[in-house]
Amino acid sequence: MCGTCGCSNHDHGHSHDHSHDHSHSHSHDHGDGTKITIEQDILQKNNLLAERNRGYFEAKNIYCLNLMSSPGAGKTALLEETIRRIKGKSSICVIEGDQQTNNDADRIAALEVEAFQVNTGTGCHLDAAMVNHAIKHLKPEEDSILFIENVGNLVCPAMFDLGEAKKVVIISPTEGDDKPLKYPYMFQEADVCIINKIDLVPYLNTDVNKLRENALKVNHHLELFDVSATTGAGMDAWCEWLLKKNNQ
Amino acid sequence: MHELAIAQSIVQLAEQNARENQAQEIEELELEIGSLAGVEIASLEFALQCAVKDTMLNNARIIRHDIRAEGRCGDCETRFFVDTLFSPCPRCGSYAVNILHGKELRIKSIIVK
Repeated sequence: MCGTCGCSNHDHGHSHDHSHDHSHSHSHDHGDGTKITIEQDILQKNNLLAERNRGYFEAKNIYCLNLMSSPGAGKTALLEETIRRIKGKSSICVIEGDQQTNNDADRIAALEVEAFQVNTGTGCHLDAAMVNHAIKHLKPEEDSILFIENVGNLVCPAMFDLGEAKKVVIISPTEGDDKPLKYPYMFQEADVCIINKIDLVPYLNTDVNKLRENALKVNHHLELFDVSATTGAGMDAWCEWLLKKNNQ
Repeated sequence: MHELAIAQSIVQLAEQNARENQAQEIEELELEIGSLAGVEIASLEFALQCAVKDTMLNNARIIRHDIRAEGRCGDCETRFFVDTLFSPCPRCGSYAVNILHGKELRIKSIIVK
């Protein structure tokens, strides 16, 4: 063990409560080299930029939601149906994240709502810098709603704060009732869980009660909504929640 | 897949701190990673091997402290080690568990010259 600062190369597996993100670096000689204490979160750069985005949204009273799901859960369809229902009641704009194509931004633009497509190339998630760049183009109005549709991926987007007010995970019953247990990080990070394509339940073996139970096992704070963007079932309750939050 | 982005953030943050201290090279990098940080250790190690190439961390020893996650039951207040994000309370079986630590993803220190 180092006599100067107590560090050890064999100090694995310890645990403690001490946690903070601010820097308080100190340095001293450590054999040949100089030891610099950093104690910083690895994602600090993303987190700081996310806080800047969040500050901008708060100052302009923009309610920002980060929508995440596996590919094909119906994020864009849900967004389209949500926009159709609330368009006259709130100003809306959308950031679309996909690896390739402008397809989703084109679908949103067809509803006469401003949309900005971010293509991540081979990237598997949006980060705060991409959102920062997108809002400079979009210039969302005051008192508006900004939807961020993340890259379809139930793993990586959970790790990256974008500056949103709430994270929304969307799941469809076609994915099976154990999805929240298989991909718990996403459900742990989310504030809201929307079960989309609820109209398909009679044709599937998925137990929706079990799906809800599993989601709540991972995160007992989750707010749950059952909807079908296709038939419109449950959309009133979701849109009502959204408009209420936007006016708070 | 996000492990590469994390590896790149590690390199960026370590090099930034090294430069602020007028260092030429990083000899050692010390990380703290919680068991529920959402990072696959094998993937991170592989991503780091790629990310350190041609950087100040090229020859650095990497020391990792693994932090075992602990949670507290929201119903009966029992404190216990949690292995998954859906581990029930061992005392009362409740899933209303609040994670106390184990999500750390931190650079603790570097040794530079």
